[in-house]
Amino acid sequence: MKITDDVPSGLSALDRPNSYIGRSVPRPNLARLTQGRGQYVSDVTLPRMAHVAFVRSPYAHARITAIDTASAKTAPGVLAVVTGAELSNVITPWVGVLTHLKGIKSAPQHAIAVERACWQGEAVCAVVARSRAEAEDGCELVNVTYQELPAVTDAETALDPGTPVIHPELGDNLTFERKHEAGDPDKGFADADAVVETTFVFGRHTGVTNEPRAIIADWNPGEARLTVYHGTQAPHMMQNLFAKHLGLEEHQVRVLTKDVGGSFGIKVHTYPDEMATVALAKLLKRPVKFVADRIESFVTDIHARDHRVKAKIGIKNDGVITAFEIDDLTGIGPYSVYPRTSGIEANQIVNLTGGPYTCPNYRARARVVFQNKNVMCQYRAVGHPIATAVTEGLVELAAARIGMDPLEIRRRNLIPDDSYPCAAPSGIKFEQLSHHESLAHLDAMMNYACLRAEQQRLRAQGIHRGIGFAAFIEVTNPSAAFYGVGGAKISAQDGVTMKLDAQGALICQTGVTEQGQGAEAVIAQVAASAFGVPIERVRVITGDTDNTPYGGGTWASRAAGIGGEAAWQAGKALRANVLACAASILQAKPESLDIRNGAVVDAATGTERLPLHELARIAYFRPDTLPPGFQAELMATRHYVPRAWPFAFTNGIQASYLEVDIDTGFVTLLKHWCVEDCGTIINPQLVDEQIRGGVVQGLGGALFEHCLYDDRGQMLNGNMADYLVPMAAEMPDIEVGHVVSPTADSELGAKGAGEAGTAGAPGAVMNAVNDALRPLGAQPITEMPLTPGVILRALGRV
Amino acid sequence: MSERFHDIVLTVNGEEVRERVDARKTIVDFLREDLGLTGSHVGCEHGVCGACTVRVDGIIVRGCLMLAVQCDGARIETIEGVSDQGEIADLQSAFETRNALQCGYCTPGMLLTAQELLARGGLPSREEIRAHLSGNYCRCTGYHAIVDAVEAVAQARSGGRR
Amino acid sequence: MKPAPFAYERARSLDHAIELIGGAEDARVLAGGQSLIATLNMRLSRPQLIVDINRVSGLDRITLRDGYLEIGALVRYAQAERSAEIAAHAPLFAKALPFIGHPAIRNRGTIGGSIAFGDPAAELPACFVALDGEAVIAGPSGTRVVKADAFYKGLFETALTPRDVLTAIRLPAATGETRTGFAEFARRHGDYAMAGLAATARTSGKTPSDVRLVFFGVGTAPVRARAAEAALAAGDIEASVAALAKDLDPPDDVQATGAVKRRLAGVLLKRVAAGLMGNAS
Repeated sequence: MKITDDVPSGLSALDRPNSYIGRSVPRPNLARLTQGRGQYVSDVTLPRMAHVAFVRSPYAHARITAIDTASAKTAPGVLAVVTGAELSNVITPWVGVLTHLKGIKSAPQHAIAVERACWQGEAVCAVVARSRAEAEDGCELVNVTYQELPAVTDAETALDPGTPVIHPELGDNLTFERKHEAGDPDKGFADADAVVETTFVFGRHTGVTNEPRAIIADWNPGEARLTVYHGTQAPHMMQNLFAKHLGLEEHQVRVLTKDVGGSFGIKVHTYPDEMATVALAKLLKRPVKFVADRIESFVTDIHARDHRVKAKIGIKNDGVITAFEIDDLTGIGPYSVYPRTSGIEANQIVNLTGGPYTCPNYRARARVVFQNKNVMCQYRAVGHPIATAVTEGLVELAAARIGMDPLEIRRRNLIPDDSYPCAAPSGIKFEQLSHHESLAHLDAMMNYACLRAEQQRLRAQGIHRGIGFAAFIEVTNPSAAFYGVGGAKISAQDGVTMKLDAQGALICQTGVTEQGQGAEAVIAQVAASAFGVPIERVRVITGDTDNTPYGGGTWASRAAGIGGEAAWQAGKALRANVLACAASILQAKPESLDIRNGAVVDAATGTERLPLHELARIAYFRPDTLPPGFQAELMATRHYVPRAWPFAFTNGIQASYLEVDIDTGFVTLLKHWCVEDCGTIINPQLVDEQIRGGVVQGLGGALFEHCLYDDRGQMLNGNMADYLVPMAAEMPDIEVGHVVSPTADSELGAKGAGEAGTAGAPGAVMNAVNDALRPLGAQPITEMPLTPGVILRALGRV
Repeated sequence: MSERFHDIVLTVNGEEVRERVDARKTIVDFLREDLGLTGSHVGCEHGVCGACTVRVDGIIVRGCLMLAVQCDGARIETIEGVSDQGEIADLQSAFETRNALQCGYCTPGMLLTAQELLARGGLPSREEIRAHLSGNYCRCTGYHAIVDAVEAVAQARSGGRR
Repeated sequence: MKPAPFAYERARSLDHAIELIGGAEDARVLAGGQSLIATLNMRLSRPQLIVDINRVSGLDRITLRDGYLEIGALVRYAQAERSAEIAAHAPLFAKALPFIGHPAIRNRGTIGGSIAFGDPAAELPACFVALDGEAVIAGPSGTRVVKADAFYKGLFETALTPRDVLTAIRLPAATGETRTGFAEFARRHGDYAMAGLAATARTSGKTPSDVRLVFFGVGTAPVRARAAEAALAAGDIEASVAALAKDLDPPDDVQATGAVKRRLAGVLLKRVAAGLMGNAS
């Protein structure tokens, strides 16, 4: 109920007076949002702006034999009707591959389908009109002749010889395959006292951002400049891609992002309908706006997490895990998404399975196959929910097999907290994690022994409660190892430019972006602390490629760790510049001065010597009074990229306490806990809220969310009444605890926290349901979402 | 002869508005596009997400499920108007202090819906708060902080007990 | 998703509404709009003319008369939730109302709209049948009354023709002998039910009489489980649940298979039956 307590930073490098590090300062940009005065791309209008709607293929796979646009062109309000062939003269196609995913292959994808539609919902024609309603009217008048083709809709048979190959030039429907082996898994299984083997199935689901995808492109032929208002997480990446595919130079493109109504990875990808909108603006020489409506969002926003994982664990009676093995099959769409590829999710699953544990024996295979369904790509906690559910599911099945308490089996296998640095069998490298301390913290926080006793007591009354855990590791602060090494123009570095304005306020510009997680607040807190001003005097500018340092944006939980470190360094640099100026004004030594609370002070006593606004006045308006040879430099830019570690891994552990109604299969979530270690915490409340939001997103996939397809590739539940997102009444209170293991790869020591909640929640819930049902002799459930039907089937009641 | 386009007169946030509208235009699109009041948001256009919540004649409605033409003669209040009147200042402050909003897209609808519950007075339980807000989709917060904020305001308005 | 173009008229009176509907080739009546406007937005429905009856006076009353509670078609769900008359004389409705949608939906949606639309997963049509109510229908040739048992014919197909306007429903007022039960299973608060049960009975002795068990979410319309009713009237809950196998054959849908719905129906009956038999109401 109470607001998260401030956590004292306790780190000597950061012991700045009046530091905001570790304080739950409210975010500065919230008032405009609670007043309804935000500016989302969907709110923006420009003079002469037109609206585009798309004719979309009703078939999962079809040749487009003719498009008759004559009557659409004359419909009221319609300004243009443009086919894929026509638009391909304006914008080039792309291929979603990267060189570091060995062997990945995909076919060229156009902004609007040219000869063939490859999934139900793919755009086949664009209608631009004065209003969205008139554009939709026009779409109904476009007459497309299709020749339906057989659709590939089953990942299990996608590679069978008899299955049609979606892109014949590629030879088969295999997008990517990866195999990995470490240690001696065969010996591990042979040495085991028991081997648990099972198959996990994860239902495809999607982000359902509250604000749908939105973009406005404005080509000014007079300036030969393209301005794009885009709800994207990565404006510089999009600047590069718009330029590349429209034949422009990057400096001719400006991408602007202000408020974004939710993203979670959905808006970090390249979408053909958005690229088409930009191309249409160039073609028509007027602003064109596209806002995906909810129905088209369901069949065009990237889907994710459609995996079938065969998995095995070897266990000894003393609880030591002897081997892990997985075989992952995932069915994506007909194209690997650009530019991050649709191979990353499977790649992460291979990287992360078994990660928290000491067991050195590991074998993994992952195959990604094309299907004629909507495309799939990175969505919050990419691959982690699956790797964690598989790992933690196996661990608890193993515990049950040998009759060991699920926390005890983890104590016997989690990497000891003093083992670092070390590497996992998959090759990932850990700097410093805290699995054991986190587990102990969780145990105490949830009063585990008490809950077990309560569970037992209630079982006797026919009430079936379950407790389930999920320990996890989380990729954050990615270096160039994630994308850059593969050839993607996705920046792993980031920068912050700071200037002291003429009144002594601190203006920060940064390449990381804000989608509601608090990136701007975190940058402001770090800047204010490093430089020495009250936070009310800090302004942070994001989301403008013209006015921010070249950067990567926000994804893979990088804003605090990478953007924050750049802000820390820039703040120190600007402080040094300002103190040099103050020293010249005051005829003092710079090292005897400091900046605190908006003024230059005597470092030893704290006595105020010169307010910043006065220093600024002198530097900007009375430089004639400064000593000869001295030039004030009241601006500084610093960049940062992690170099020592490919990723800053974080860790944590979650627990779910729930009740299963064994008559109906309904699950009531009673409580959820997460202990997480994201290194230095800049704003404890924001970390807690990222965890909570992430947990609920994971709970959605665990219990409710599923993109359902029939065998003809038609999505059956693409609306908000039939696709179930978590709403308030079904969600539990979520308690969050913290452990702090800073990274030494930066002075701040902050890792990322945005995705950890989603990584662990599904595994914890699945384990809790199985814990509840185990005494009833139910088959362990290893599929999600855990619908009432799934649970009733496991109980043998349907 | 039945008409597609109609002249309507209505009051929006206390201001009289006279416009000609296409009958098919929803009130939320009218507010956003014709009047530039973009604080009410469009999330689904089938009445499920609650982002479009506005007040018509004093009660909250789904702005995507009412036509502008139906609102001829009506008194509309959007988040901008309700906010400027100061009616929900304590609730907004509680949301900001507790970070009960992240991206802010659901927030106007959430605030107006919560205010309808709070205006009844009393001390709703957390379950009652969750049930009342069960028609407002939030993807960012996971709802916990929102429930905290509404609960805190209910307590404060009841005389600061506990 | 923006609707296809349509013309709009505001009816000044019931007669005016019927005249307007009769004058168009394809007209739809707009009351609460909570279902209609969603279908218009998705272009699932594209009428030429929308006839808005929201300003027709006299259709929003709740009156007890001659042992019947008459609820006007324009009574909003929220108004019904606050109604002392409904709480006293139609407690089954009072039990069902909190399950319908969410506050903003209940502020606009109407009782008449729910009954007339006849969504098979909706609460009130099932309650209407369970209460053995009557529909008061105004049409081009005058007014008629249709019993609830004869009102629902198929998927979104009712006794209403496209020219009709439902003006009110009449429900036999609850007496001291009336027993009602309501339960539903929905994935989330306010969702349409995966399976639901609206039940009424009269009790004056050891076993209930006039048992009416109406399931929703299990077919194309509310389904009366007559075999189960007979078993329950004989006082045998177990047999009643078993008899559902004869009464219900729910189709699969995106939320649940028919088998799951059948199972849930049995659980609903078990949970509701005791209340129908006993002294408590």
